[in-house]
Amino acid sequence: MFPVLLFYIFSLAIIASALMVIFSKQPINSVLFLIFSFINAAGIFLLAGAEFLALIMVIVYVGAVAVLFLFVIMMLDFNPDTIKKEVGKHLYVGLFIGFILFLEIILMMYSPELFSYEYQIVGNTVKTSLTNTEILGNLIYTEYFLQFQISGFILLVAMIGAIVLTLRHRDYVRRQIVSDQVARDPKLSIELVDIKLKIRK
Amino acid sequence: MVIELGHYLVLASMLFTIGVIGVFLNRENVIIILMSLELILLSISINLVAFSSFLNDSSGQIFSLFILTVAAGEAAIGLAILVVYFRNVGNIEVDQINKMSG
Repeated sequence: MFPVLLFYIFSLAIIASALMVIFSKQPINSVLFLIFSFINAAGIFLLAGAEFLALIMVIVYVGAVAVLFLFVIMMLDFNPDTIKKEVGKHLYVGLFIGFILFLEIILMMYSPELFSYEYQIVGNTVKTSLTNTEILGNLIYTEYFLQFQISGFILLVAMIGAIVLTLRHRDYVRRQIVSDQVARDPKLSIELVDIKLKIRK
Repeated sequence: MVIELGHYLVLASMLFTIGVIGVFLNRENVIIILMSLELILLSISINLVAFSSFLNDSSGQIFSLFILTVAAGEAAIGLAILVVYFRNVGNIEVDQINKMSG
């Protein structure tokens, strides 16, 4: 009974904060509601028995992606009031498409058996002595090793792409060029000048 | 009273629909469109974890981990493009992006 109650609380929080993400006027509020939604999704994952994924969710999404969003919103410094909200033009199209999509999904998976005892989530019944993290580690480093390497490569490409896109050299910022400093010739840069001494009287 | 598979599927489909509506709704702000994409990917992750838990097969959680990777990369690249675009143009309205040449 208690997990079911938790499931409904988490689900309500996810749906409400997702609605606030797309309907909020200020982008900064959207990011904060996105963080709340991800934290509740981590709770849903915990209920389904995926502990490792739940905590990775909190670390990656809340710690990295949401902070990236916050950083970009604060760096871009655009005024949300100047963005004209033409809600009326797009709202009905969006709601229409969304309603049709939701109806399709629900009709596609609609069968009363899905909500029966036969289809209950068995994630919490531990059948091995291994923990969730050990199971995932055993799978990732044996069966899905190639995919794991490819995902690491995707992250590398994303990092290089983001750096290349946003890097720029400004002319008014003085930079240190080490090779020029090392390659300087003392004969060219130091000049010996004979000073004629006068005897002071 | 237990949590069944259908509960997870209905939750994921509602989240997916909210994400799609968000893409349509916020035509003026690219950042919220990116957040809607994150919501869509989150709903897919919930589906995968629910089926993995229901079938007692941990492969679904591995795929959810890969979705997490792709989502992080996509957010980084999308926000980098957004920063470059804002630096050149000065606003981030989607309706005016079609005026770009090239």
